Amino acid sequence: MIRIAWLVATKDLRIEARSRVLLWQVLPFGVIALLLSGLALGPTRAGTSTLGPGLFYLVTLFVALLMINRSQALENASGTRASVATLGLDPAGVFLGKALALTIELWVTGVVLLAGSVLVLHTDLLHSLQALPSILVTLAALSAAGTLYGALTQGGDGPATLLPVLTLPAFAPLLIAGERSFSAALQGGALWQWWVIVVVAFAAYTAVGVLLYGVLEES
Amino acid sequence: MSKGFPLLSGVDLVIDRATLTIVTGANGAGKTSLLRLLGGLDALTSGEGRVAGIDLLDGDRRLLRRRVGWLGHEGSFYADLSARENLEFAARALERPVGEVAAALERVGLAHRASTTTKRLSAGQRRRLGIAWLLVRRPELWLLDEPYASLDDAGRVFFDGLLADVLAGGATVVLSAHDALRSSDLESCEVRMVGGRVSAP
Amino acid sequence: MIKLSQRLLGPLTLLLLALTFWLGLWVTPPDAVQGDLVRLLYVHPPIAWVALYVSFGTATIASCLYLWQRTRSMTMDRIAYCSMEISVVFIALTLITGSIWGRPTWGVWWAWDARLTSTAILGVFALAYLALRRANDDPTQRARRGAVFAILTAINVPIIHFSVLWWKTLHQGASVLTSTGQLNVHGSMLWTMLIGFVGFTLLFFWLLRERYRLEVKRDRLVASTVDEALAQRRREGV
Repeated sequence: MIRIAWLVATKDLRIEARSRVLLWQVLPFGVIALLLSGLALGPTRAGTSTLGPGLFYLVTLFVALLMINRSQALENASGTRASVATLGLDPAGVFLGKALALTIELWVTGVVLLAGSVLVLHTDLLHSLQALPSILVTLAALSAAGTLYGALTQGGDGPATLLPVLTLPAFAPLLIAGERSFSAALQGGALWQWWVIVVVAFAAYTAVGVLLYGVLEES
Repeated sequence: MSKGFPLLSGVDLVIDRATLTIVTGANGAGKTSLLRLLGGLDALTSGEGRVAGIDLLDGDRRLLRRRVGWLGHEGSFYADLSARENLEFAARALERPVGEVAAALERVGLAHRASTTTKRLSAGQRRRLGIAWLLVRRPELWLLDEPYASLDDAGRVFFDGLLADVLAGGATVVLSAHDALRSSDLESCEVRMVGGRVSAP
Repeated sequence: MIKLSQRLLGPLTLLLLALTFWLGLWVTPPDAVQGDLVRLLYVHPPIAWVALYVSFGTATIASCLYLWQRTRSMTMDRIAYCSMEISVVFIALTLITGSIWGRPTWGVWWAWDARLTSTAILGVFALAYLALRRANDDPTQRARRGAVFAILTAINVPIIHFSVLWWKTLHQGASVLTSTGQLNVHGSMLWTMLIGFVGFTLLFFWLLRERYRLEVKRDRLVASTVDEALAQRRREGV
């Protein structure tokens, strides 16, 4: 399982390194979305607002949707699916590998967008760095959930449009927990409750993925 | 069967080990569906079938798929990886020595294209890469969907030679084609399909 | 015995619901603080109970049974699907009756109340389940994916509950939830509420049974079109 996970994760990351979709399409979108959210606040509030954490997570969520879609589309390109299926890969390994690759890609995105919100939305730099651990764990939970929901949408009608409907309700608690602990960090505090939410969600999605990813692939 | 439309019905077929079977028929006759069924890529909804001792109805189709090699119409790999990286991925997944990759690329005449991204290969080269993918995998059952489609004459001769080796090695080959082989010395048996059923075995 | 109870399910449901409405609207007294608004007590909690526990619970259990190899059958898939569909209706009713109650109490139709918010999120989950099923034509694929999604939803229930609850309560400043006034539930009110709970629960099972029968008929219709397609496919071959 671990061997396959590693194989799949390095494969996904290598494809990303070759195609540069993250660098040239996803990250620019994230930065633009961040700028637009500043514009939406209006000139007086954009630089002084406490909305930084919420906007950061909102933008990250939408960017994550694109990346989840991309991650699943790789496996479902015409012809790829059949020949990879004949490799008979362990589905639990495939799930872990894809979730790991997505986590790393989301971490890169998260750090860039965090820098962006420090720059554009004037979120405090030092306190933002204190929030980094909670951001990384939240993004890992997001990846595990996204890999599962992404696989659920493939092969049906309109995978790209179905994905947001399936994922966003599940992302709601992660958004809440992430935003709250980021805001708490900005005020120099921390709350253990948000860690519970994020860690429990991460563990639950990972467990379901390891157990049930095969059911999704088999269809 | 998928989307409520029966792709195959009335297929009655026995294929012996280490033989070459050619499935012929018009477009939409069910050739690809039959191959996918044999490879465990699609589920059987009713009837019965066994491939390599694995039941198609309630056996572990993942185990079956591991023993099957599939060559589809399209390039069957990750388009953003190079030819070599694609083969290495397959070799690692099946725990085959990665050293065989270079030999397989050599055999299909793609050694000079080893580091080219797959999406930049021509259709014929992608076909050859698909064959190399099978050489690395060494499956017991080769399922080839229209393998002659984008090969030139030299490619066909080369491909026939390769099939002869595969059969001599004890593997079973089932391939689909519009017509029975025109210029082949290989001993084969033809299965004609019409409208989702076998009309002449 | 089972046949008889099935036949009595509909009439009994109607009787209990009629009784609830009669007791709730005419027999029970208005509340000292909330006045006639308190009469929502006899419908809102029972509807919410059906929406969030009975139908979601049934859908989750049926989905688990579908994924479990030994109990896998289209029956389980249909039960899961039909309960989830009914759940959407009941969640909508929960939100509507909740808003009607909330408007005079909070002054707005929608408040970021913890229970209201988590119910709304669960409602989106149920809608997403129906969307997922519509996107898949193959019955096996639809059933498997639906089952996995239903289980993921069930896992999310406590996560959503606590995240929204803490979101609401864990910040500086006083707890915003203004007290809705302590209700002294006793006597005729208690009985009315109890009958309401039983009545709406029976309503769920009655709807489920009827919806299930409809689904069986629909599947039969689809199967007959498959036979037709099969005949057509054979004719192609002649």
